[in-house]
Amino acid sequence: MPDSKLILPDRRRRQLLTGLGALGASAALTGCDNLSRNETVQNVLGATDRLTRAAQRLVASRQSLAREYSPADIADTFRPNGTTNPDNDAYQRLAANRFADWRLHVDGLVRRPGDFSLDALRALPSRTQITRHDCVEGWSCIGQWTGVPLGDVLDRVRPTDNARFVVFHCADNIYGGPVKYYESLDMVEAYHPQTLLAYALNGAPLPVANGAPLRLRAERQLGYKMAKYVMRIELVDSFASIQGGNGGYWEDRGYEWWAGI
Amino acid sequence: MKISTGTTNTQIVRRHSLFTRLWHWITVACLIVLMMSGLQIFNAHPALYWGQDSNFSAPALEITARRGDDGAPQGIVRIGDHVFDTTGALGLSRRDGRLEQRAFPAWSTLPGPQWLAMGRYWHFAAAWLFAPLLILYLIYTPARRERRRQIWPSIAQWQALPRTIAEHARFRFDQSRDYNGLQKLTYLVVLFALLPLMVLTGLTMSPTMNAAWPWLLDIFGGRQSARTLHFIVAFSLLVFFFVHTALVLVSGVFNNLRSMVTGGYRIDKAASDTSADRHA
Repeated sequence: MPDSKLILPDRRRRQLLTGLGALGASAALTGCDNLSRNETVQNVLGATDRLTRAAQRLVASRQSLAREYSPADIADTFRPNGTTNPDNDAYQRLAANRFADWRLHVDGLVRRPGDFSLDALRALPSRTQITRHDCVEGWSCIGQWTGVPLGDVLDRVRPTDNARFVVFHCADNIYGGPVKYYESLDMVEAYHPQTLLAYALNGAPLPVANGAPLRLRAERQLGYKMAKYVMRIELVDSFASIQGGNGGYWEDRGYEWWAGI
Repeated sequence: MKISTGTTNTQIVRRHSLFTRLWHWITVACLIVLMMSGLQIFNAHPALYWGQDSNFSAPALEITARRGDDGAPQGIVRIGDHVFDTTGALGLSRRDGRLEQRAFPAWSTLPGPQWLAMGRYWHFAAAWLFAPLLILYLIYTPARRERRRQIWPSIAQWQALPRTIAEHARFRFDQSRDYNGLQKLTYLVVLFALLPLMVLTGLTMSPTMNAAWPWLLDIFGGRQSARTLHFIVAFSLLVFFFVHTALVLVSGVFNNLRSMVTGGYRIDKAASDTSADRHA
């Protein structure tokens, strides 16, 4: 991957900072907290996000794997976070029918856009891995995931040469808000061998609380990257026009797009 | 025979190089930002665990709030099975006059309000300044013999260690060219153990670093152990900060500060004598 792909367009950065500012405005800030709202300070702080990504890409190869654990390490209950049951009719109808009518729609910068049923995804070569989920809040939980490597699905839809990001559009309105959850990965993380579209947790179909019928596993990233309730995958060369333009629900609310730390 | 200060019995020597002085003050600023933003990050999930993952039902330490026996909200710290009432400071504290459930109080966190995303930005920005400078300083310090002598206790100092500790306990301090044995040991532990441990345990919490350097997980016994060690070492550094500041104040604050600002340090000419009658 050329280095230029590591550099985000300025527009995204500005929007990231808008995101930071908007979040701050909602809180009552005093004294030195004004520093956190200062545009120059936010510029400097925002630059470290890209520095961290460049440095981590340097020390972690494309193939370097996240630690995999033994069955004895699996947590009794895999802690669900964010939405635990999408509160909208469309999703509830799909869930009532055990997702028989659910289709994963893949489009955007691909040569062969297509739909995949759950059975079609299960028929593809699968990978099972016992990995640790790290939440941005600080906790960790170990579970066993089974799914189809995202790279295999991408190979079938054949991204065009200008595709730079994989965007995951989800079914849930987190916290009942007006917008749907979404997330994005770049092509390096998307093609990583442990990056899965997972349909099973601990050997059973993925529970609703953990993102049924399909969720993302990106094991070298923090939990908020791993979109649950995935409905559509879109390949793009920029996410500037998607929602807040920062590449993810939490990114639009001030969190880093690079969630490797 | 000797008069304490300000006479011809004393001379000014250059104690600290420009790089040491710059490193010291930049690191002070970084550590303050790292500590306060670290508490902000901790507040997002105010519990510590040992091992690879989080055993939510039995954290090693937890700072939270609950209803007390009288129904009033109560801030508590739970360590294992022991519960301590910390209302007003930890678990439950006031911000803008109102009681708020939060592990560490608003005055101690950066930013003040609960704002994890901004806390992370501050933390990583300060870490990017702190860690590379630490690596440079850890190469710089032992690179020359005179600086090795400045930080590594001599044989005489090892032997005099009990006496040095006894004199510190009585608040009697030398003003000599060299650090005494106790100072050297303390700075060795801080420089070559505590500060590097902060960087390494911090990196162990990064999922990408776990993939790049899996040995990090092995040396600290898992990501949650590393997070707990990160917390313990941070508070060890806070203890060092208070003891260090107190000793700077009582052992000749002007002289000490000057040595870390301009480099100049006033010493007694007969600095190697026994020092029972000398004081700061």
